[in-house]
Amino acid sequence: MVNFDLMTVETIASKVEDNSLIGIPADYSGVPMSVTIEIIKRKKRNLRLYCLPLTTIQGDMLIGSGCVKEIETAAVTLGEYGQAPRFQDAIENSKIKIKDSTCPALHAQLQATEKSVPFMPLRGIIGSDLYHNRKDWSVIDNPMKTHSKDDEKIVILPAVQLDVLIFHAAKADINGNVQIGRRRELATLAHASKKVYVTVEEIVNEDFFECELKASATLPSLYIDGISLSKNGAWPCGLTDYYTLDSEEMNKYAKAAKHQETFDTYMENFISQSFYSNNLI
Amino acid sequence: MTEVLQPEILISEISNLLRDDRHVAIGAASPIPGSAALLAEEERRNSDSKLKVTILHSQKFNNFTDGSRELFDASAQGRIDTFFLGGVQIDGEANINLVGTGRYPKLEKRFSGSFGSALMYFVVPKIILFREEHTPRTLVKKVDFISAPGISPPNVYRPGGPKYLITNKALFSFNKKDKNFKIEKINPEFTLDEVIKSTGFEFKTNKNLKYFNMPSQKRIDILRNLIAPKVLNFYPQFAKKLWFN
Repeated sequence: MVNFDLMTVETIASKVEDNSLIGIPADYSGVPMSVTIEIIKRKKRNLRLYCLPLTTIQGDMLIGSGCVKEIETAAVTLGEYGQAPRFQDAIENSKIKIKDSTCPALHAQLQATEKSVPFMPLRGIIGSDLYHNRKDWSVIDNPMKTHSKDDEKIVILPAVQLDVLIFHAAKADINGNVQIGRRRELATLAHASKKVYVTVEEIVNEDFFECELKASATLPSLYIDGISLSKNGAWPCGLTDYYTLDSEEMNKYAKAAKHQETFDTYMENFISQSFYSNNLI
Repeated sequence: MTEVLQPEILISEISNLLRDDRHVAIGAASPIPGSAALLAEEERRNSDSKLKVTILHSQKFNNFTDGSRELFDASAQGRIDTFFLGGVQIDGEANINLVGTGRYPKLEKRFSGSFGSALMYFVVPKIILFREEHTPRTLVKKVDFISAPGISPPNVYRPGGPKYLITNKALFSFNKKDKNFKIEKINPEFTLDEVIKSTGFEFKTNKNLKYFNMPSQKRIDILRNLIAPKVLNFYPQFAKKLWFN
Protein backbone atom coordinates (compact mmCIF):
# COMPACT_ATOMS: atom_id res chain seq x y z
CA MET A 1 0.00 0.00 0.00
CA VAL A 2 1.20 3.51 -0.74
CA ASN A 3 0.20 6.82 0.79
CA PHE A 4 -0.29 8.79 -2.43
CA ASP A 5 -2.36 8.88 -5.62
CA LEU A 6 -1.11 6.04 -7.74
CA MET A 7 -2.50 6.48 -11.22
CA THR A 8 -2.00 5.00 -14.66
CA VAL A 9 0.05 6.51 -17.47
CA GLU A 10 -3.25 6.92 -19.37
CA THR A 11 -4.74 8.95 -16.52
CA ILE A 12 -1.72 11.25 -16.45
CA ALA A 13 -2.05 11.83 -20.20
CA SER A 14 -5.75 12.61 -19.79
CA LYS A 15 -4.85 15.39 -17.32
CA VAL A 16 -3.09 17.33 -20.09
CA GLU A 17 -5.59 19.73 -21.58
CA ASP A 18 -5.48 21.22 -25.04
CA ASN A 19 -3.75 24.65 -25.11
CA SER A 20 -1.87 24.02 -21.88
CA LEU A 21 1.67 25.23 -21.23
CA ILE A 22 3.58 22.05 -20.53
CA GLY A 23 7.04 21.69 -18.95
CA ILE A 24 9.44 19.58 -21.01
CA PRO A 25 12.55 18.17 -19.31
CA ALA A 26 15.86 17.90 -21.18
CA ASP A 27 17.13 14.56 -22.47
CA TYR A 28 19.29 14.07 -19.38
CA SER A 29 16.62 14.69 -16.76
CA GLY A 30 14.00 11.98 -17.27
CA VAL A 31 11.98 12.18 -20.48
CA PRO A 32 8.42 10.90 -19.91
CA MET A 33 8.12 8.95 -23.17
CA SER A 34 5.37 6.54 -22.05
CA VAL A 35 3.07 9.46 -21.22
CA THR A 36 4.11 11.28 -24.41
CA ILE A 37 2.86 8.35 -26.48
CA GLU A 38 -0.48 8.45 -24.63
CA ILE A 39 -0.73 12.20 -25.28
CA ILE A 40 -0.16 11.56 -28.99
CA LYS A 41 -2.75 8.72 -28.99
CA ARG A 42 -5.29 11.03 -27.38
CA LYS A 43 -4.70 13.62 -30.14
CA LYS A 44 -4.07 16.49 -27.74
CA ARG A 45 -3.88 19.75 -29.68
CA ASN A 46 -2.38 23.25 -29.44
CA LEU A 47 0.03 22.33 -26.67
CA ARG A 48 2.61 24.94 -25.80
CA LEU A 49 5.94 23.37 -24.90
CA TYR A 50 8.27 25.05 -22.43
CA CYS A 51 11.61 23.26 -22.59
CA LEU A 52 14.13 23.36 -19.78
CA PRO A 53 16.21 24.09 -21.64
CA LEU A 54 15.89 21.83 -24.70
CA THR A 55 14.09 18.81 -26.07
CA THR A 56 15.02 15.87 -28.26
CA ILE A 57 12.81 13.04 -29.52
CA GLN A 58 9.92 13.91 -27.19
CA GLY A 59 9.41 17.39 -28.64
CA ASP A 60 10.06 16.23 -32.19
CA MET A 61 7.44 13.44 -31.88
CA LEU A 62 4.83 15.78 -30.38
CA ILE A 63 5.44 18.32 -33.16
CA GLY A 64 5.36 15.69 -35.92
CA SER A 65 2.11 14.33 -34.48
CA GLY A 66 0.41 17.73 -34.72
CA CYS A 67 0.04 18.22 -30.95
CA VAL A 68 2.01 21.47 -30.71
CA LYS A 69 1.06 25.09 -31.38
CA GLU A 70 4.08 26.83 -29.88
CA ILE A 71 7.48 26.01 -28.42
CA GLU A 72 9.76 28.04 -26.17
CA THR A 73 13.23 26.50 -26.15
CA ALA A 74 16.99 26.95 -26.38
CA ALA A 75 17.28 24.02 -28.81
CA VAL A 76 15.55 21.08 -30.40
CA THR A 77 18.01 18.42 -31.51
CA LEU A 78 18.53 14.67 -31.62
CA GLY A 79 22.07 15.23 -30.30
CA GLU A 80 24.50 12.74 -31.82
CA TYR A 81 21.67 11.56 -34.08
CA GLY A 82 21.41 14.86 -35.91
CA GLN A 83 18.88 17.65 -36.27
CA ALA A 84 15.27 17.17 -35.16
CA PRO A 85 13.53 16.71 -38.55
CA ARG A 86 9.86 17.24 -37.62
CA PHE A 87 10.80 20.40 -35.70
CA GLN A 88 12.80 21.70 -38.67
CA ASP A 89 9.93 21.00 -41.04
CA ALA A 90 7.43 22.72 -38.72
CA ILE A 91 9.55 25.88 -38.48
CA GLU A 92 10.53 26.04 -42.15
CA ASN A 93 6.85 25.74 -43.13
CA SER A 94 5.46 27.99 -40.36
CA LYS A 95 3.38 25.17 -38.84
CA ILE A 96 4.24 26.16 -35.27
CA LYS A 97 5.27 29.34 -33.49
CA ILE A 98 8.68 29.48 -31.83
CA LYS A 99 9.96 31.59 -28.97
CA ASP A 100 13.69 31.17 -29.43
CA SER A 101 15.47 31.47 -26.10
CA THR A 102 18.72 30.63 -24.36
CA CYS A 103 19.22 28.09 -21.53
CA PRO A 104 19.78 30.49 -18.61
CA ALA A 105 16.73 32.58 -19.62
CA LEU A 106 14.50 29.50 -19.54
CA HIS A 107 15.80 28.75 -16.05
CA ALA A 108 15.46 32.36 -14.85
CA GLN A 109 11.82 32.72 -15.98
CA LEU A 110 10.86 29.70 -13.87
CA GLN A 111 13.04 30.86 -10.98
CA ALA A 112 11.01 34.09 -10.94
CA THR A 113 7.85 32.01 -10.49
CA GLU A 114 9.57 29.92 -7.77
CA LYS A 115 10.12 33.13 -5.83
CA SER A 116 6.77 34.60 -6.86
CA VAL A 117 8.38 37.76 -8.22
CA PRO A 118 7.22 39.24 -11.54
CA PHE A 119 10.52 39.19 -13.41
CA MET A 120 14.14 38.17 -13.21
CA PRO A 121 17.19 40.01 -14.53
CA LEU A 122 19.82 38.16 -16.55
CA ARG A 123 23.12 39.26 -18.02
CA GLY A 124 24.09 38.55 -21.61
CA ILE A 125 21.45 38.48 -24.39
CA ILE A 126 21.76 42.20 -25.33
CA GLY A 127 22.69 42.62 -28.99
CA SER A 128 21.38 39.19 -29.99
CA ASP A 129 18.52 38.59 -32.40
CA LEU A 130 16.95 36.47 -29.68
CA TYR A 131 16.26 39.71 -27.86
CA HIS A 132 14.99 41.49 -30.98
CA ASN A 133 12.39 38.76 -31.51
CA ARG A 134 11.09 38.58 -27.93
CA LYS A 135 8.43 41.20 -27.23
CA ASP A 136 8.04 39.81 -23.71
CA TRP A 137 11.66 40.67 -22.76
CA SER A 138 12.87 44.17 -21.83
CA VAL A 139 16.09 46.04 -21.18
CA ILE A 140 16.37 48.33 -18.16
CA ASP A 141 19.11 50.41 -16.57
CA ASN A 142 20.56 48.56 -13.60
CA PRO A 143 18.71 50.38 -10.77
CA MET A 144 21.26 49.21 -8.17
CA LYS A 145 24.20 50.93 -9.92
CA THR A 146 26.44 48.02 -8.90
CA HIS A 147 28.34 47.75 -12.16
CA SER A 148 31.61 49.66 -12.30
CA LYS A 149 30.12 51.78 -15.04
CA ASP A 150 26.92 53.18 -13.60
CA ASP A 151 24.83 53.02 -16.77
CA GLU A 152 24.71 49.24 -17.14
CA LYS A 153 21.93 47.90 -19.36
CA ILE A 154 20.42 44.61 -18.26
CA VAL A 155 17.70 42.31 -19.61
CA ILE A 156 14.63 41.44 -17.55
CA LEU A 157 12.55 38.34 -18.26
CA PRO A 158 8.94 37.65 -17.23
CA ALA A 159 8.00 35.00 -14.66
CA VAL A 160 6.52 31.95 -16.38
CA GLN A 161 4.01 29.66 -14.70
CA LEU A 162 3.54 26.23 -16.25
CA ASP A 163 0.14 24.53 -16.34
CA VAL A 164 1.49 21.04 -16.10
CA LEU A 165 4.81 19.21 -15.77
CA ILE A 166 5.39 15.53 -16.49
CA PHE A 167 8.72 13.78 -16.03
CA HIS A 168 10.12 10.30 -15.55
CA ALA A 169 12.27 9.39 -12.56
CA ALA A 170 13.94 6.44 -10.92
CA LYS A 171 12.02 5.87 -7.71
CA ALA A 172 9.14 7.01 -5.56
CA ASP A 173 8.93 6.10 -1.88
CA ILE A 174 5.78 4.95 -0.07
CA ASN A 175 4.82 8.54 0.70
CA GLY A 176 5.09 9.75 -2.89
CA ASN A 177 8.43 11.52 -2.57
CA VAL A 178 10.42 11.18 -5.80
CA GLN A 179 14.15 10.65 -6.28
CA ILE A 180 15.51 13.21 -8.76
CA GLY A 181 19.20 12.88 -7.86
CA ARG A 182 21.14 15.94 -8.90
CA ARG A 183 18.71 16.81 -11.68
CA ARG A 184 17.66 19.84 -9.69
CA GLU A 185 16.12 21.52 -12.75
CA LEU A 186 13.22 19.11 -12.19
CA ALA A 187 12.63 20.83 -8.85
CA THR A 188 12.71 24.24 -10.57
CA LEU A 189 10.16 23.00 -13.11
CA ALA A 190 7.95 21.50 -10.39
CA HIS A 191 8.03 24.61 -8.21
CA ALA A 192 6.84 26.66 -11.18
CA SER A 193 4.07 24.31 -12.32
CA LYS A 194 0.39 24.21 -11.25
CA LYS A 195 0.23 20.42 -11.64
CA VAL A 196 3.04 17.86 -11.54
CA TYR A 197 2.81 14.21 -12.61
CA VAL A 198 5.65 11.74 -12.42
CA THR A 199 6.26 8.28 -13.85
CA VAL A 200 8.78 6.07 -12.07
CA GLU A 201 10.71 2.86 -12.66
CA GLU A 202 9.90 1.55 -9.20
CA ILE A 203 8.15 2.31 -5.95
CA VAL A 204 10.21 1.38 -2.92
CA ASN A 205 8.99 0.44 0.52
CA GLU A 206 10.79 3.15 2.48
CA ASP A 207 10.65 6.85 3.35
CA PHE A 208 13.43 8.88 1.70
CA PHE A 209 13.24 11.44 4.51
CA GLU A 210 14.61 8.92 6.99
CA CYS A 211 18.00 9.22 5.29
CA GLU A 212 19.58 12.67 4.92
CA LEU A 213 21.51 11.65 1.80
CA LYS A 214 18.38 10.39 0.04
CA ALA A 215 16.31 13.36 1.23
CA SER A 216 18.77 15.74 -0.44
CA ALA A 217 18.12 14.03 -3.78
CA THR A 218 14.33 14.08 -3.40
CA LEU A 219 11.46 16.13 -4.78
CA PRO A 220 8.96 16.19 -1.88
CA SER A 221 5.43 14.88 -2.44
CA LEU A 222 3.99 18.30 -1.63
CA TYR A 223 4.80 19.37 -5.19
CA ILE A 224 3.43 16.18 -6.81
CA ASP A 225 -0.16 15.55 -7.91
CA GLY A 226 0.11 11.98 -9.15
CA ILE A 227 2.56 9.16 -9.75
CA SER A 228 2.45 6.23 -12.13
CA LEU A 229 4.64 3.17 -12.30
CA SER A 230 6.11 2.91 -15.80
CA LYS A 231 9.01 0.54 -16.40
CA ASN A 232 11.32 1.78 -19.16
CA GLY A 233 9.18 4.92 -19.18
CA ALA A 234 11.95 7.07 -20.70
CA TRP A 235 12.80 4.67 -23.52
CA PRO A 236 14.34 5.22 -26.09
CA CYS A 237 15.90 8.03 -24.02
CA GLY A 238 18.10 6.97 -21.14
CA LEU A 239 17.61 7.12 -17.38
CA THR A 240 20.60 7.57 -15.07
CA ASP A 241 21.57 4.35 -13.24
CA TYR A 242 18.89 2.34 -15.10
CA TYR A 243 19.48 2.26 -18.83
CA THR A 244 21.34 4.21 -21.49
CA LEU A 245 19.83 5.82 -24.56
CA ASP A 246 18.87 3.22 -27.19
CA SER A 247 21.22 4.07 -30.01
CA GLU A 248 19.58 1.75 -32.52
CA GLU A 249 16.10 3.15 -31.94
CA MET A 250 17.37 6.76 -32.11
CA ASN A 251 18.98 6.03 -35.48
CA LYS A 252 15.76 4.43 -36.64
CA TYR A 253 13.74 7.43 -35.51
CA ALA A 254 16.15 9.99 -36.99
CA LYS A 255 15.83 8.28 -40.36
CA ALA A 256 12.05 7.83 -40.25
CA ALA A 257 11.38 11.39 -39.08
CA LYS A 258 13.02 12.91 -42.19
CA HIS A 259 9.69 12.79 -44.03
CA GLN A 260 6.15 13.13 -42.67
CA GLU A 261 4.98 9.90 -44.38
CA THR A 262 7.76 7.73 -42.94
CA PHE A 263 7.34 9.46 -39.58
CA ASP A 264 3.61 8.61 -39.60
CA THR A 265 4.36 4.95 -40.33
CA TYR A 266 6.98 4.88 -37.58
CA MET A 267 4.52 6.39 -35.10
CA GLU A 268 1.77 3.92 -36.03
CA ASN A 269 4.15 1.08 -35.22
CA PHE A 270 5.39 2.76 -32.07
CA ILE A 271 1.87 3.32 -30.76
CA SER A 272 0.57 -0.16 -31.61
CA GLN A 273 3.36 -1.90 -29.74
CA SER A 274 3.47 -2.00 -26.00
CA PHE A 275 6.98 -1.03 -24.93
CA TYR A 276 6.09 0.12 -21.48
CA SER A 277 4.79 -2.13 -18.74
CA ASN A 278 2.38 -0.27 -16.56
CA ASN A 279 1.45 -2.45 -13.64
CA LEU A 280 -0.32 -1.06 -10.64
CA ILE A 281 1.26 -2.73 -7.66
CA MET B 1 55.16 6.52 -35.71
CA THR B 2 51.54 5.48 -36.14
CA GLU B 3 49.33 7.37 -38.53
CA VAL B 4 47.68 10.34 -36.82
CA LEU B 5 44.03 11.01 -37.65
CA GLN B 6 42.85 14.53 -38.57
CA PRO B 7 40.49 14.87 -35.58
CA GLU B 8 43.40 13.89 -33.33
CA ILE B 9 45.44 16.82 -34.66
CA LEU B 10 42.53 19.15 -33.84
CA ILE B 11 42.14 17.61 -30.38
CA SER B 12 45.86 18.17 -29.80
CA GLU B 13 45.77 21.80 -31.02
CA ILE B 14 42.73 22.61 -28.88
CA SER B 15 44.36 20.96 -25.90
CA ASN B 16 47.31 23.39 -26.27
CA LEU B 17 44.90 26.33 -25.97
CA LEU B 18 43.82 25.18 -22.49
CA ARG B 19 47.33 25.48 -21.04
CA ASP B 20 46.69 28.08 -18.33
CA ASP B 21 43.12 27.15 -17.45
CA ARG B 22 41.91 25.88 -14.08
CA HIS B 23 38.39 24.86 -15.09
CA VAL B 24 37.06 24.05 -18.55
CA ALA B 25 33.41 23.20 -19.23
CA ILE B 26 32.11 21.29 -22.21
CA GLY B 27 28.55 21.71 -23.48
CA ALA B 28 26.31 19.78 -25.83
CA ALA B 29 27.58 18.02 -28.95
CA SER B 30 31.28 18.82 -28.47
CA PRO B 31 33.22 15.54 -28.74
CA ILE B 32 36.43 17.10 -30.09
CA PRO B 33 36.67 19.88 -27.45
CA GLY B 34 35.63 17.32 -24.82
CA SER B 35 38.45 14.98 -25.84
CA ALA B 36 40.89 17.92 -25.85
CA ALA B 37 39.92 18.97 -22.34
CA LEU B 38 40.28 15.44 -20.96
CA LEU B 39 43.67 15.17 -22.69
CA ALA B 40 44.86 18.42 -21.09
CA GLU B 41 43.57 17.22 -17.72
CA GLU B 42 45.43 13.92 -18.04
CA GLU B 43 48.71 15.56 -19.08
CA ARG B 44 48.58 17.89 -16.07
CA ARG B 45 47.47 15.24 -13.59
CA ASN B 46 50.83 15.08 -11.83
CA SER B 47 51.74 18.74 -12.17
CA ASP B 48 51.17 21.64 -9.78
CA SER B 49 48.64 23.25 -12.10
CA LYS B 50 45.78 20.76 -12.27
CA LEU B 51 42.88 21.24 -14.64
CA LYS B 52 39.27 20.57 -13.71
CA VAL B 53 37.00 19.45 -16.54
CA THR B 54 33.21 19.52 -16.43
CA ILE B 55 31.46 17.61 -19.18
CA LEU B 56 27.78 18.30 -18.98
CA HIS B 57 26.62 15.26 -20.89
CA SER B 58 28.49 12.90 -18.62
CA GLN B 59 27.61 11.67 -15.18
CA LYS B 60 31.11 11.05 -13.96
CA PHE B 61 32.80 14.13 -15.43
CA ASN B 62 30.05 16.54 -14.47
CA ASN B 63 31.10 18.44 -11.35
CA PHE B 64 27.71 20.08 -10.78
CA THR B 65 24.99 19.04 -8.34
CA ASP B 66 22.58 21.96 -8.62
CA GLY B 67 20.91 21.08 -11.90
CA SER B 68 21.55 22.40 -15.38
CA ARG B 69 21.38 26.05 -14.31
CA GLU B 70 24.61 25.63 -12.32
CA LEU B 71 26.76 25.87 -15.46
CA PHE B 72 25.37 29.34 -16.15
CA ASP B 73 25.51 30.50 -12.55
CA ALA B 74 29.09 29.21 -12.15
CA SER B 75 30.09 30.89 -15.41
CA ALA B 76 28.57 34.21 -14.34
CA GLN B 77 30.52 33.89 -11.07
CA GLY B 78 33.74 33.58 -13.09
CA ARG B 79 34.39 29.95 -12.11
CA ILE B 80 34.84 28.71 -15.67
CA ASP B 81 37.88 29.82 -17.66
CA THR B 82 37.12 28.32 -21.05
CA PHE B 83 33.99 27.25 -22.87
CA PHE B 84 33.42 26.20 -26.47
CA LEU B 85 30.75 27.50 -28.80
CA GLY B 86 30.00 26.49 -32.36
CA GLY B 87 27.74 27.89 -34.99
CA VAL B 88 25.86 27.19 -38.17
CA GLN B 89 27.51 30.45 -39.22
CA ILE B 90 30.31 32.51 -37.69
CA ASP B 91 31.12 35.92 -39.15
CA GLY B 92 34.19 38.18 -39.27
CA GLU B 93 33.09 40.13 -36.18
CA ALA B 94 32.70 36.85 -34.27
CA ASN B 95 28.91 36.96 -34.22
CA ILE B 96 27.58 33.42 -33.98
CA ASN B 97 24.39 31.92 -35.38
CA LEU B 98 23.09 28.61 -34.04
CA VAL B 99 19.51 29.09 -35.21
CA GLY B 100 19.49 28.71 -38.98
CA THR B 101 20.03 30.21 -42.40
CA GLY B 102 17.67 32.49 -44.27
CA ARG B 103 15.21 35.03 -42.95
CA TYR B 104 14.02 34.52 -39.37
CA PRO B 105 11.65 33.10 -38.15
CA LYS B 106 10.67 30.96 -41.15
CA LEU B 107 14.24 30.33 -42.31
CA GLU B 108 15.41 28.26 -45.27
CA LYS B 109 17.17 25.76 -43.04
CA ARG B 110 16.43 25.57 -39.34
CA PHE B 111 19.09 24.27 -36.95
CA SER B 112 18.81 23.32 -33.30
CA GLY B 113 18.90 26.67 -31.46
CA SER B 114 21.08 29.01 -29.44
CA PHE B 115 21.61 26.82 -26.33
CA GLY B 116 23.37 28.82 -23.59
CA SER B 117 25.43 30.95 -25.98
CA ALA B 118 23.60 34.22 -25.26
CA LEU B 119 24.98 34.23 -21.72
CA MET B 120 28.13 32.09 -21.95
CA TYR B 121 29.63 34.26 -24.71
CA PHE B 122 29.39 37.30 -22.38
CA VAL B 123 30.75 35.88 -19.14
CA VAL B 124 33.36 33.19 -19.85
CA PRO B 125 36.77 34.88 -20.31
CA LYS B 126 38.07 32.53 -23.00
CA ILE B 127 35.49 31.40 -25.52
CA ILE B 128 36.91 29.14 -28.20
CA LEU B 129 34.78 29.04 -31.32
CA PHE B 130 34.97 25.61 -32.86
CA ARG B 131 33.55 24.67 -36.22
CA GLU B 132 35.13 21.73 -38.01
CA GLU B 133 33.72 22.65 -41.43
CA HIS B 134 35.66 25.60 -42.83
CA THR B 135 33.80 26.80 -45.93
CA PRO B 136 32.23 30.06 -47.17
CA ARG B 137 28.88 28.67 -45.97
CA THR B 138 30.02 28.34 -42.33
CA LEU B 139 32.46 31.27 -42.08
CA VAL B 140 30.41 34.11 -43.55
CA LYS B 141 30.66 37.85 -44.02
CA LYS B 142 27.56 38.43 -41.89
CA VAL B 143 25.47 35.88 -40.00
CA ASP B 144 21.75 35.58 -40.86
CA PHE B 145 20.81 35.54 -37.16
CA ILE B 146 22.79 36.62 -34.12
CA SER B 147 22.46 34.04 -31.34
CA ALA B 148 25.18 35.91 -29.48
CA PRO B 149 27.19 38.97 -30.61
CA GLY B 150 30.99 38.92 -30.84
CA ILE B 151 31.38 42.33 -29.23
CA SER B 152 29.29 44.57 -26.99
CA PRO B 153 29.13 48.30 -26.19
CA PRO B 154 30.75 49.47 -22.91
CA ASN B 155 27.44 49.71 -21.03
CA VAL B 156 26.89 45.94 -21.30
CA TYR B 157 28.50 43.68 -18.69
CA ARG B 158 30.98 41.61 -20.63
CA PRO B 159 34.02 40.12 -18.90
CA GLY B 160 34.07 37.32 -21.51
CA GLY B 161 34.08 36.81 -25.24
CA PRO B 162 35.76 35.20 -28.23
CA LYS B 163 39.48 34.53 -28.03
CA TYR B 164 40.03 31.88 -30.72
CA LEU B 165 38.36 30.28 -33.70
CA ILE B 166 39.54 26.84 -34.74
CA THR B 167 38.46 24.84 -37.79
CA ASN B 168 39.83 21.83 -39.65
CA LYS B 169 41.91 24.25 -41.72
CA ALA B 170 43.21 26.94 -39.37
CA LEU B 171 43.46 28.56 -35.96
CA PHE B 172 42.59 32.26 -35.63
CA SER B 173 42.83 34.67 -32.70
CA PHE B 174 40.21 37.41 -32.24
CA ASN B 175 41.09 41.03 -31.56
CA LYS B 176 38.26 42.76 -29.71
CA LYS B 177 39.56 46.26 -30.41
CA ASP B 178 40.02 45.80 -34.15
CA LYS B 179 36.93 43.56 -34.32
CA ASN B 180 38.64 41.01 -36.50
CA PHE B 181 40.29 37.61 -36.68
CA LYS B 182 43.97 37.02 -37.35
CA ILE B 183 45.27 33.70 -38.63
CA GLU B 184 47.75 32.07 -36.23
CA LYS B 185 48.19 28.51 -37.49
CA ILE B 186 47.34 26.54 -40.55
CA ASN B 187 46.72 22.84 -41.13
CA PRO B 188 49.68 21.70 -43.32
CA GLU B 189 47.19 19.90 -45.59
CA PHE B 190 46.09 23.34 -46.88
CA THR B 191 47.68 26.47 -48.31
CA LEU B 192 46.98 30.00 -47.06
CA ASP B 193 45.35 30.74 -50.40
CA GLU B 194 42.96 27.81 -49.91
CA VAL B 195 42.10 29.08 -46.43
CA ILE B 196 41.42 32.59 -47.77
CA LYS B 197 39.19 31.16 -50.51
CA SER B 198 37.20 29.06 -48.07
CA THR B 199 36.62 31.92 -45.61
CA GLY B 200 33.65 34.22 -46.26
CA PHE B 201 35.13 37.10 -44.24
CA GLU B 202 38.43 38.93 -44.40
CA PHE B 203 40.99 38.17 -41.73
CA LYS B 204 44.43 39.53 -40.85
CA THR B 205 47.34 37.55 -42.17
CA ASN B 206 50.36 36.77 -40.05
CA LYS B 207 54.07 37.08 -40.86
CA ASN B 208 54.78 34.37 -38.28
CA LEU B 209 52.17 31.93 -39.53
CA LYS B 210 52.74 28.50 -38.00
CA TYR B 211 51.52 25.03 -38.84
CA PHE B 212 49.29 22.80 -36.70
CA ASN B 213 51.62 20.71 -34.54
CA MET B 214 51.78 16.98 -35.05
CA PRO B 215 50.96 15.45 -31.66
CA SER B 216 53.84 13.48 -30.16
CA GLN B 217 53.67 9.69 -29.96
CA LYS B 218 53.33 10.02 -26.20
CA ARG B 219 50.31 12.29 -26.58
CA ILE B 220 48.70 9.97 -29.12
CA ASP B 221 49.19 7.06 -26.73
CA ILE B 222 47.50 8.95 -23.90
CA LEU B 223 44.68 9.96 -26.21
CA ARG B 224 44.01 6.49 -27.54
CA ASN B 225 44.64 4.48 -24.37
CA LEU B 226 43.25 6.72 -21.65
CA ILE B 227 40.97 9.35 -23.21
CA ALA B 228 39.18 7.38 -25.94
CA PRO B 229 37.52 4.94 -23.46
CA LYS B 230 36.25 7.89 -21.42
CA VAL B 231 34.84 9.64 -24.49
CA LEU B 232 33.06 6.43 -25.44
CA ASN B 233 30.88 6.90 -22.34
CA PHE B 234 29.36 10.21 -23.31
CA TYR B 235 29.94 10.61 -27.06
CA PRO B 236 29.57 6.96 -28.12
CA GLN B 237 28.90 7.61 -31.83
CA PHE B 238 31.95 9.85 -32.18
CA ALA B 239 34.32 7.59 -30.22
CA LYS B 240 33.22 4.44 -32.05
CA LYS B 241 33.74 6.05 -35.46
CA LEU B 242 37.18 7.45 -34.63
CA TRP B 243 38.78 4.91 -32.32
CA PHE B 244 36.73 1.74 -32.01
CA ASN B 245 35.66 0.94 -35.58
